[in-house]
Amino acid sequence: MNTRVIHWFKFASPQNFYNLAGRMWPWFATLATLLAGVGLWISFFVAPTDAQQGEGYRIIFVHVPASQMSMFIYIVMAAWAGFGLAFNTRLSGMMASALAPTGALFAFLSLATGALWGKPMWGAWWVWDARLTSELILLFLYLGFLALQASIDDPRRADKACAVLALVGVVNVPIIYFSVKWWNTLHQGASVSLTRSPTMASTMLWGMLIMVVACWMYAITIALLRVRTIILERERHTEWVKHAVE
Amino acid sequence: MKKLGLARVMMALMRREFAVALRQKGEVLTPLVFFVVVASLFPLGVGPESALLLRMAPGVLWVSALLAAMLSLQRLFATDYIDGSLEQMALSSTPLGLLVLAKALSHFLLSGLPLVLMAPVLGLQFGLDGRALGILMVTLLLGTPTLSLIGSIGAALTLGVRGAGVLLSLLILPLYIPVLIFGAGAVEADAAGLGFGGHLSLLAALLVLSVFFAPLATTTALRISLE
Repeated sequence: MNTRVIHWFKFASPQNFYNLAGRMWPWFATLATLLAGVGLWISFFVAPTDAQQGEGYRIIFVHVPASQMSMFIYIVMAAWAGFGLAFNTRLSGMMASALAPTGALFAFLSLATGALWGKPMWGAWWVWDARLTSELILLFLYLGFLALQASIDDPRRADKACAVLALVGVVNVPIIYFSVKWWNTLHQGASVSLTRSPTMASTMLWGMLIMVVACWMYAITIALLRVRTIILERERHTEWVKHAVE
Repeated sequence: MKKLGLARVMMALMRREFAVALRQKGEVLTPLVFFVVVASLFPLGVGPESALLLRMAPGVLWVSALLAAMLSLQRLFATDYIDGSLEQMALSSTPLGLLVLAKALSHFLLSGLPLVLMAPVLGLQFGLDGRALGILMVTLLLGTPTLSLIGSIGAALTLGVRGAGVLLSLLILPLYIPVLIFGAGAVEADAAGLGFGGHLSLLAALLVLSVFFAPLATTTALRISLE
């Protein structure tokens, strides 16, 4: 019997993960910079001008990745929160709280770029469309998470309370999405159909995909850097931190 | 000591909640007065045109009901937490989830039900007819228990936390959105001739889901707060 077993729980110790994250983040940061450079170059100079929307459509290269990331990060955050409650590991809560500000940032970025895009295309900064509204609610959920985290002094209790909130939120997100969608179809306001997908030129698609991956790499880099700071802050009374910061 | 049946324990807890509420009548009446005041502010804000008010009425009454239900939520566990009885409930042999359910049910009977009974009076001020008032009452009757149940999660999470009141509304109001949409939507759908049965079924489905899941989440949150 010579099977190699990786002891994953080794990295549940903040000290080990601090070192692992320290070794990993430069790689992700490099990838994020390279991909963002290539992606932005394609989106500004290679991708053709859109027949209907002119140059204004180019904001899609930031808007779509930001919207996707805001949703994925919430799910990842809830998953870490679930691990934290199930295995009672300290690191899981730290990861969840390291991801939350980045998720909130992406949700805000998605709304801001959406508004900038909407003004020239539909003539309105904001329409009460199902997608826009649910993105706004997602931002509220992130803000609730951050506010709860900030108002509980004991970090362990804050982590667990936020874990419950994140799990309740993740169960509710689909319900909220479908109720908002139905509410929108009932009202039939001056809404604009966002669901029709025009056929995209392949360079546009490539530019967007590269930007999506770049945003992933950015989010991972920032989460790792932030979790390192959180670990140092919470473990400041231990010996290894004293050595690590020397 | 004789072991009491689960239903008997829940009844006893609800009787206690009622006794406490009746001795501090202000806590039951204040949210109700708040509901009336907020709903009366809207016509002053948007003007007295009856067509506009008629269209806004279900939404306004539902939003006011959400806010009024929030007001009394803070005290759901707070007083029991301070005097230590919450800890005794957590230690008792009765599952904490059932006690939470009993407390949420009493919260509905003490704060949700008065709103249901007061809503038609306010609806008349907005010019809703008998049929719309009936639908509004049914949606409130199905929706306000869900508000109490979802709210209990927030109340448990913010127990003994700085600025609990504002925090509670930030945490819970986004989760109330589906109830608001289907509650206020039923009256509008009926007025548009679309039928309101689907909305009522969805409100009932939300109620069933929250009866099952909310006590679980609340229990976990309470145990975290009591650690």
